[in-house]
Amino acid sequence: MAAAAALEAVAPTGALWGLVHDFVMGQQEGPADQVAADVKSGSYTVLQVVEALGSSLENPEPRTRARGIQLLSQVLLQCQSLLLEKEVVHLILFYENRLKDHHLVIPSVLQGLRALSLCVALPPGLAVSVLKAIFQEVHVQSLPQVDRHTVYSIITNFMQTREEGPFVEELFEVTSCYFPIDFTPPPNDPHGIQREDLILSLRAVLASTPRFAEFLLPLLIEKVDSEILSAKLDSLQTLNACCAVYGQKELKDFLPSLWASIRREVFQTASERVEADGLAALHSLTACLSRSVLRADAEDLLDSFLSNILQDCRHHLCEPDMKLVWPSAKLLQAAAGASARACDHITSNVLPLLLEQFHKHSQSNQRRTILEMILGFLKLHQKWSYEDKDERPLNGFKDQLCSLVFMALTDPSTQLQLVGIRTLAVLGAQPDLLSSGDLELAVGHLYRLSFLEEDSQSCRVAALEASGALAALYPVAFSSHLVPKLAEELCRGELDLAKGDEPTKCSRHLRCLQALSAVSTHPSIVKETLPLLLQHLFQMNKGSMVAGTSEVIAICQSLQQVAEKCQRDPESCWYFHQTAIPCLLALAVQASMPEKEHSVPRKVLLEDEVLAAMVSVIGTATTHLSPDLAAQSVARIVPLFLDGDISFLPENSFPCRFQPFQDGSSGQRRLVALLMAFVCSLPRSVEIPQLNQLMRELVELSCCPSCPSSSTAAAKCFAGLLNKLPAGQQLDEFLQLAVDKVEAGLSPGPCRSQAFTLLLWVTKALVLRYHPLSSCLTHRLMGLLSDPELGPTAADGFSLLMSDCTDVLTRAGHAEVRIMFRQRFFTDNVPALVQGFHAASQDVKPNYLKGLSHVLNRLPKPVLLPELPTLLSLLLEALSCSDCVVQLSTLSCLQPLLLEAPQVMSLHVDTLVSKFLNLSSSPSMAVRIAALQCMHALTRLPTPVLLPYKPQVIRALAKPLDDKKRLVRKEAVSARGEWFLLGSPGS
Amino acid sequence: MVGGGGMGGGLLENANPLIYERSGERPVTAGEEDEQVPDSIDAREIFDIRQCRARAGTESLFLYFPHLIRSINDPEHPLTLEELNVVEQVRVQVSDPESTVAVAFTPTIPHCSMATLIGLSIKVKLLRSLPQRFKMDVHITPGTHASEHAVNKQLADKERVAAALENTHLLEVVNQCLSARS
Repeated sequence: MAAAAALEAVAPTGALWGLVHDFVMGQQEGPADQVAADVKSGSYTVLQVVEALGSSLENPEPRTRARGIQLLSQVLLQCQSLLLEKEVVHLILFYENRLKDHHLVIPSVLQGLRALSLCVALPPGLAVSVLKAIFQEVHVQSLPQVDRHTVYSIITNFMQTREEGPFVEELFEVTSCYFPIDFTPPPNDPHGIQREDLILSLRAVLASTPRFAEFLLPLLIEKVDSEILSAKLDSLQTLNACCAVYGQKELKDFLPSLWASIRREVFQTASERVEADGLAALHSLTACLSRSVLRADAEDLLDSFLSNILQDCRHHLCEPDMKLVWPSAKLLQAAAGASARACDHITSNVLPLLLEQFHKHSQSNQRRTILEMILGFLKLHQKWSYEDKDERPLNGFKDQLCSLVFMALTDPSTQLQLVGIRTLAVLGAQPDLLSSGDLELAVGHLYRLSFLEEDSQSCRVAALEASGALAALYPVAFSSHLVPKLAEELCRGELDLAKGDEPTKCSRHLRCLQALSAVSTHPSIVKETLPLLLQHLFQMNKGSMVAGTSEVIAICQSLQQVAEKCQRDPESCWYFHQTAIPCLLALAVQASMPEKEHSVPRKVLLEDEVLAAMVSVIGTATTHLSPDLAAQSVARIVPLFLDGDISFLPENSFPCRFQPFQDGSSGQRRLVALLMAFVCSLPRSVEIPQLNQLMRELVELSCCPSCPSSSTAAAKCFAGLLNKLPAGQQLDEFLQLAVDKVEAGLSPGPCRSQAFTLLLWVTKALVLRYHPLSSCLTHRLMGLLSDPELGPTAADGFSLLMSDCTDVLTRAGHAEVRIMFRQRFFTDNVPALVQGFHAASQDVKPNYLKGLSHVLNRLPKPVLLPELPTLLSLLLEALSCSDCVVQLSTLSCLQPLLLEAPQVMSLHVDTLVSKFLNLSSSPSMAVRIAALQCMHALTRLPTPVLLPYKPQVIRALAKPLDDKKRLVRKEAVSARGEWFLLGSPGS
Repeated sequence: MVGGGGMGGGLLENANPLIYERSGERPVTAGEEDEQVPDSIDAREIFDIRQCRARAGTESLFLYFPHLIRSINDPEHPLTLEELNVVEQVRVQVSDPESTVAVAFTPTIPHCSMATLIGLSIKVKLLRSLPQRFKMDVHITPGTHASEHAVNKQLADKERVAAALENTHLLEVVNQCLSARS
């Protein structure tokens, strides 16, 4: 044994000879890898392998030679990185020579060349020599597919070394014969190659080098002119790709033809894709010409190319019938968007023309088209920044543009006004273009437009948006010309409202509020608008005023929008928080004080809707606070609620103490909603003072039977805090507290429904963060589905569990929400729900169906789809349920199932047809629509299954054609149309 | 590329801008979402029924009749598919209470041999999509076709329409125009 091992070590080549023999003569595949591994590990050299192969390479039998070369090629493929330059030269000479050999040998030879084409040590010139040999000795186009692929790999490998030199045309010939790809792989293709893959790979080769340009560009031009849509698209996209590597030199001779083809396509096409690709190609061409580096004596083709475009397009801009106006403008804009130079060249020619056309046309809709084009060109200017102020090309047109925009803003046509507003915003975004005089005028117009009547809603919204955008850029103009006017308007509104309620004044008041929040886009403006809004809120709540709920809500909504705008800037965010929150709390506390004479207006602030609006303001003003600032705020607000510490409120002389948790007055307790809004929006890292006490008070209040809205707010607040607490003893204690309270409350007594609400919210808080206790609580909740009293409420509770809240437990409010919680809830609980359904007594079965419906409804359809077949029998049963929620959810589950799994569904066609038709006359519009959509989806089932039902269905669907609701009729029309086509010729 | 909202429609912009205001989906109004409010059948609704034919059907129609493709590619007269097929809403007259619909369509060229077929497709689409109570009248926009009268007469003749739909070949072509899947 030892002797044998020693022998092998001395003469490793002995082993090599054996391996070679096994591979060549023994037809075993394994030795190739072994040899390659040995070469890699340095046991022997490539030269030794060649020597060992010696006799088989000279064997008279071509199969044996092929096998020998195959071994060498396989070794090279694995070891090409180890080759020395000298070895590469010899091997290439050998392989080139072998190309002359028998055709059986060629595949292995090509493999070897492919290995060598990967070599880094390839001496210059050899690539050319290899390609020459290949093209000389082998007719590539008639090789089997595998070998053609090898040739292309060799070419591609060489391409990366840019050495194709003298063979460009041959290379181009062998690659371009596939263009454009019209091969569609069979659906069962084992390689999974898509047509798109082929297109992209071929494009990568064709567009890999500028040297192909002289051959490729004529081909592309020819194919763009073809009748076949896919050929057009592929050619335009390939041209687009080529422009990335081409330069002026390559394009020069073909520019006129390329432009002619692109122009023709864009002018005439019916396909949006051809248009888009044509425009993209023009864009790249122009960009390519713009960036080419020129020799000193060369002509700049960009100018002549653009002049060509202008010449062919500009007269269309002036034609009175405006037929080709848009395609021309799109072409010009595609070119102008390519570079600053192109943009200048084109706009300096086109703008004067368009300005003139605007005045020539008198109809609003024609003017609008022209202004829209101008807008398009102006937008392109935003892409380029100009260093030198005087060079900015728009400066010369500024006055004309402004007067035109102002003309549009006063035009009776809403559509023209709308474009005018958008143009104004774009002009304003150009640095240093507008003068202070222009701005004053613009602000005046925007003020007027912000108060437009109901029928020009879209204009008003656009004006508000433009005001916001411009105010961020020109805060001084807006502070001095707009905010004072709005303040005046607000005062007038207060007086008007005090006098009496007139709807027009009401809406003016509302618009004023919206305008104030819209312009609060700059910190300096917020410092003016926020005090105005708060002051206004105070005024509205003074004893003398008769403030309606809707007015107070409107103010809160404005505040909310200002808060949203402040979120972007930490300083404004803190300013808003510390200004608005104490104010809102002071007003609310004031309103909650018991009063001798019951004055109605003060109580407006305690209404549920108003509180909800304030909750949303407080939440928005809190979520973006930095943790240390939030900590300052929490140190004042929690003591306010727990200890009645009112010292930080701006107006704090109240007739009695504020004790929402101890006091019996329901007014004070309702304000727990505001506490909830604040503490549930804090960053997780902020520590909440007196947390233990707070949680206990909240649990206590949540099960207090007197006022449902405050107990719900307490439950939500408790859940919101629970969700954010880190795992640990404290959390476990709070959970135990809640569970005990729930269990005590659920036993027969006055506060079962409160205990249920607490259970629901705590469950939600835990489900969202995948807390282990959540499954136990969900189970408890499921058990309540068969409770005669709480069953229906419990069923609806599943909707809450699966949906996103807006005020607590939100991601924005830093709650811990795992992304897949719905999927997880589904997997964990649906089997139990189904089981519960089967076990339940007849009268509570609908509760299970409804609970299940809520879960299925909220789940993303792709997740749901694979699970649905197992639920199919249940879903079919659910179609007979009389509850609208169940019906709707079931239909929306079945509809995608019909599309995705028609074979399975075919088995139930009888039930499906009759149930769907039945539901298509449901009293609920949504159910009718869903049922008709399912009828439509049914047509995806195999036609032979459906044909027996066709006459019956067509007759039945005539009825919903005359439904009183248009949305239902629309579905009926498309469903019936499809049924008509079933089994009919030509469909 | 150009401008902002509402301009995604592409080619409609070529034509008179009034048309493109109408293009795109009909926005759903609050009234339409209210279960209680009945919405009457109006011209836009008929137009939409028609348009879904134009959008889905034209391509197959034109592939089927190559001479029409030539007419749209004529560089002297660049017309778009949409322009070829726009049945303007103004040419749709409908009265829900009286249960009547009148649709006028404009053939692409005065000698368009497909006029009867296009008319037939419109007619069939309306028959399939409107409640039975409606009396429908499909005719050529006056003065836009050489044999306007003859075509109108055929389209108005119930028996002929029924007979035409018995003809497998004709039905096949009509169905192709109406198939949303093509």
